[in-house]
Amino acid sequence: MGVKNALSIISNEKIMAKERQIVIPGETVVSGNEFLPGDGAYRDGADVVAGRYGIANIFEKHVKVVPVSGAYYPRRGNTIIGTIVDITFNGWLIDFGGAQNAFLPVAEVPRYVNKNEMAEFLNFGESVIVKVWDVKSRGVDVSMKMRGYGKIEGGMIISVGPNQVPRIIGREGSMVNMIKGATGCDVTVGQNGKVWISGKDTDKEVAARKIVEFIGENAVTVGLTEKVEKMIKKMGLEGSAPEIVAENTDAEDVE
Amino acid sequence: MAGSLYKKRFDGRTVNEVRPMKASVGVVPSADGSATFETGGTKAMAVVRGPRTLHPQHMQNARTGILRVSYGMMPFSVWDRIRPGPSRRSEEISKVCEWALDAVIDLSGFPNTVVDVFIQIPKADAGTRVAGLNAAALALAHAGIPMKEMLSAIAVGKADKTLLVDVDKAEEDFHDGEGATDVPLAFTSRKKDISLLQLDGKISPSELSEAIEMGRKACEDVLKVQMDALKGATGEKNG
Repeated sequence: MGVKNALSIISNEKIMAKERQIVIPGETVVSGNEFLPGDGAYRDGADVVAGRYGIANIFEKHVKVVPVSGAYYPRRGNTIIGTIVDITFNGWLIDFGGAQNAFLPVAEVPRYVNKNEMAEFLNFGESVIVKVWDVKSRGVDVSMKMRGYGKIEGGMIISVGPNQVPRIIGREGSMVNMIKGATGCDVTVGQNGKVWISGKDTDKEVAARKIVEFIGENAVTVGLTEKVEKMIKKMGLEGSAPEIVAENTDAEDVE
Repeated sequence: MAGSLYKKRFDGRTVNEVRPMKASVGVVPSADGSATFETGGTKAMAVVRGPRTLHPQHMQNARTGILRVSYGMMPFSVWDRIRPGPSRRSEEISKVCEWALDAVIDLSGFPNTVVDVFIQIPKADAGTRVAGLNAAALALAHAGIPMKEMLSAIAVGKADKTLLVDVDKAEEDFHDGEGATDVPLAFTSRKKDISLLQLDGKISPSELSEAIEMGRKACEDVLKVQMDALKGATGEKNG
């Protein structure tokens, strides 16, 4: 399943690059009964119509409209970075910039936590990297049981828009690996538009931050990888081939 | 319109001609969505925030998210000062804009939340609610809110016996003969449904249907401007 998924993402991106057609709500994306409306699209007679503003993506007769702007909508499997805003009797509430807060149950943290001393493990205002486990209409359930997830200690969190995240990650995580390789920092990208950078020294962290912000500002530019490579060279960072494979490989699972 | 006292428009437009329009999206980077829309001397600005949790809780709807529109004119938008803050007029316009936009958006995926739309009018020369609606529709689309279609609005008026598209303030204040009538209209982009129709003044049923048809046609031009703004054809500040 994982391989198949990854393959479909690659080919999706190829198609996206080929025909990046921006559509507005109510616009006919494609006509024909053989096409299937997916996310952000609906059927009206023989037409498949855009249900939101974004880039129309047709893959194997399956029509999707990927938003290019706007707020973050969580999906199952997303990696998100947020802050603890409330502690309830059986878990924590996390603000991640979405419509509702995410809920992290005590059972979904990697170690045993005494329910009377929950603030000892995660206190108000502390930041966490969590995985979206379930998206319901009433809220989002998250977990931090897997590797690469947990409480954030040290480093810095920066905010870029959620719509810039696919560019920061790059195809198969190429962009984020390039940043990791060049700066030696650990870079974790949350799909909600938050990026956590942690390195051995602050200079390297600041360098990584500058690169991430550059990508965020130039997310719509063509040939971004070359520009970032140039920027890394200019900053005097040696872009050695990244040894570390992205820890959160599922971070590439960008819809 | 043979016997009409208003024969030639003050600014030289034909009766079917709209004022020059301009639109752009992404004008407020911190918002989820934003847009401006200008027609002649009227300028509207709209900002969208949300979907976000709705407070007070008793207003929440467990079936769907709700839309909340607030319309206001800036104190300096007209020659005379507008008293800032809510007024009877601005509350009414907020409400009709909310109903008009409700017809095109779909918030069923975000229960218990609210999408706030703030419409402000920095420059007013009649037709502020329709300019506001055009900007709001753009801002909602820009915010990535699920929408079945776009929305375009225009005000059709009547000065004495002449029907006019996109009236300005001078025409709205026409006093001779039958005086002035104002019909703000909003049409959805795909089904061409009417989602706003107001009437202020006197008009015969046949003239009203003619006014609606004129508005429908003019909204095509409005939609084109909106589409260009969203597709980045203007090349201005797209974000």
